[in-house]
Amino acid sequence: MQHVSPIREPLVTGGKTYADITEDVCRQVEAKPNIRWMMALGVSLVFLAIFFYSVYRTLWFGIGEWGLNKTVGWAWDITNFVWWVGIGHAGTLISAILLLFRQKWRTSINRAAEAMTIFAVICAAMFPVLHMGRPWLAYWVLPLPNTFGSLWVNFNSPLLWDVFAISTYFSVSLVFWYIGLIPDFATIRDRATGPIARRAYALLSFNWTGSAKHWSRYETVSLILAGLATPLVLSVHTIVSMDFATSVIPGWHTTIFPPYFVAGAIFSGFAMVLTLMIITRKVFKLEDYITLEHVESMNKVITLTGSIVGVAYITEFFIAWYSGVEYEQYAFINRATGPYWWAYWSMMTCNVITPQLFWFRSIRRSLTATFIISIFVNIGMWFERFVIIVTSLHRDFLPSSWVMFSPTSIDVGIYVGTMGLFFTLFLLFAKFFPVVNMAEVKAILKSSSGVSHTNNPDASMHGTAPNNSHKHD
Amino acid sequence: MTSKKYILGVFDDEDVLLNAIEKTRAAGTKIYDVFSPYPIHGIDDVLGIQRSRLPIVAFFCGLCGTSFALWMQIYMLGFDWPMIIGGKPHISIPAFIPVTFELTVLFASFGMVITFFIISGLRPTMKVPVMDVRSTDDKYVMAIEWKEGTDITKLNDLLRSNGAIEVNEKEVVK
Repeated sequence: MQHVSPIREPLVTGGKTYADITEDVCRQVEAKPNIRWMMALGVSLVFLAIFFYSVYRTLWFGIGEWGLNKTVGWAWDITNFVWWVGIGHAGTLISAILLLFRQKWRTSINRAAEAMTIFAVICAAMFPVLHMGRPWLAYWVLPLPNTFGSLWVNFNSPLLWDVFAISTYFSVSLVFWYIGLIPDFATIRDRATGPIARRAYALLSFNWTGSAKHWSRYETVSLILAGLATPLVLSVHTIVSMDFATSVIPGWHTTIFPPYFVAGAIFSGFAMVLTLMIITRKVFKLEDYITLEHVESMNKVITLTGSIVGVAYITEFFIAWYSGVEYEQYAFINRATGPYWWAYWSMMTCNVITPQLFWFRSIRRSLTATFIISIFVNIGMWFERFVIIVTSLHRDFLPSSWVMFSPTSIDVGIYVGTMGLFFTLFLLFAKFFPVVNMAEVKAILKSSSGVSHTNNPDASMHGTAPNNSHKHD
Repeated sequence: MTSKKYILGVFDDEDVLLNAIEKTRAAGTKIYDVFSPYPIHGIDDVLGIQRSRLPIVAFFCGLCGTSFALWMQIYMLGFDWPMIIGGKPHISIPAFIPVTFELTVLFASFGMVITFFIISGLRPTMKVPVMDVRSTDDKYVMAIEWKEGTDITKLNDLLRSNGAIEVNEKEVVK
């Protein structure tokens, strides 16, 4: 059956057949790594080395290696933590919420976006664990019976909620991602020529055969997982925002934080997906699968969430004034005009003004402009967390303890180091795993590719099913 | 070591396949299974696959998660080592909601996924009884189990007349 929509643009261009999809996606898994991939991996490994060096310094000499002081006890570490967790959100949003909304354009990008989620959460988790100072005792955050008697963890603390939220988010995202990979691993297994590759992908594919019964259950599992992951996406960043919102620090305890953080997370996550996908589609020649239509759809999400974030900034300012609390008012005036004014205005420029450019169709559909704006959004969202954390802490209730924060080389090293970690993982994923979900793209091919794939020429000409009466698409 | 023989009808269009499934079933032939590279919508009705009960599994696993989380927090902070934290009551249900929610989702998703793997017999073993390797690429394969007295020629004709591009035989050793 063939549906050619007069309104919607095709999601898969280039007149692909099912075999072409397999070929195009498996190509880079089966081929020898190309030089650009090797160079990118080389650069990432250098950054990864910086990460390991900075972690070694932090663990060997202690948290004193960081620029924290007695007033600013949380700075780059929690900024980076929230930033990375936020980036992770786009993956689950694309795979879960857009699946529930039956958005077909998610199929080409969900695999890479989910991989990004997993790697971003790994990077995020590094910061609270390292901030503990003694990461080998990190299991103390779990409710385990201990030798002091049955002293338990404090379930009233938002920091403990974070432990549960992030670990659940990570595990469920990993399972969701892996379930999606299984049929594609089976495809690679059946195409593999070498015995090692066949065995490895056979192992990874969990013995998948593509049986109709399995597909039926598989679709149920995907849908329920999407249903479970959807409130999870919203809950994780809500809980992260409660780390701040349940405190009494001026500038932190605002009730707008949960929705505002979630919108910000999706905003930064989509920007990161765009940054990665614009490069990936070019390097792996996936222009027919990740089309301008996909880029435009993501840019529309960025415009929406960017506008929500902009409204949230203004609302925060308004509520600070309207509440009549002088500490709260001071915190916000200080953000805009105090010693960290440059961070505040960087945030405002990158997050409030740049995404509004996407109202222009030409900018929304320009890859260069989208790439530059996506980088701006990522910078802006980093500054957002920095502004919230450092400007609220550096001037607290006692003017005698007012200080400035400046990062050390180790702070910077860990931050750029996690980027090395992220890109190393992403590059390995892109080389050994299929970056586009072949099974899902094949499932939408007939309805969204704009060309016919039936063998019956009459059927494709007139848009009718060949000699049967099933209603399906 | 037992071996089973299957007759495989290979199709290259999902609509032709769906039609062929109906015709084959109407002819009184039992279909062992159908293999495809992606989920075909509408195949469940034609093949007579019942709706999966996995949502019920997910619900009860989730319920276990909720109960476990609430029991754990109430027992630990309310009875085993009660402490006053920020003036809150020992059993402060609102503060327990985030952890309860997370554990509900965790139990529901893991319970459902593990059940899915078990009931589908999916496990990472080396031996893969794939009927036709093209069924993970771009072909749809209908498998019919060969039994004593099955008329292969008749089956061949039936499949071919309903649009199969090839009819093969395959022996699977279990």
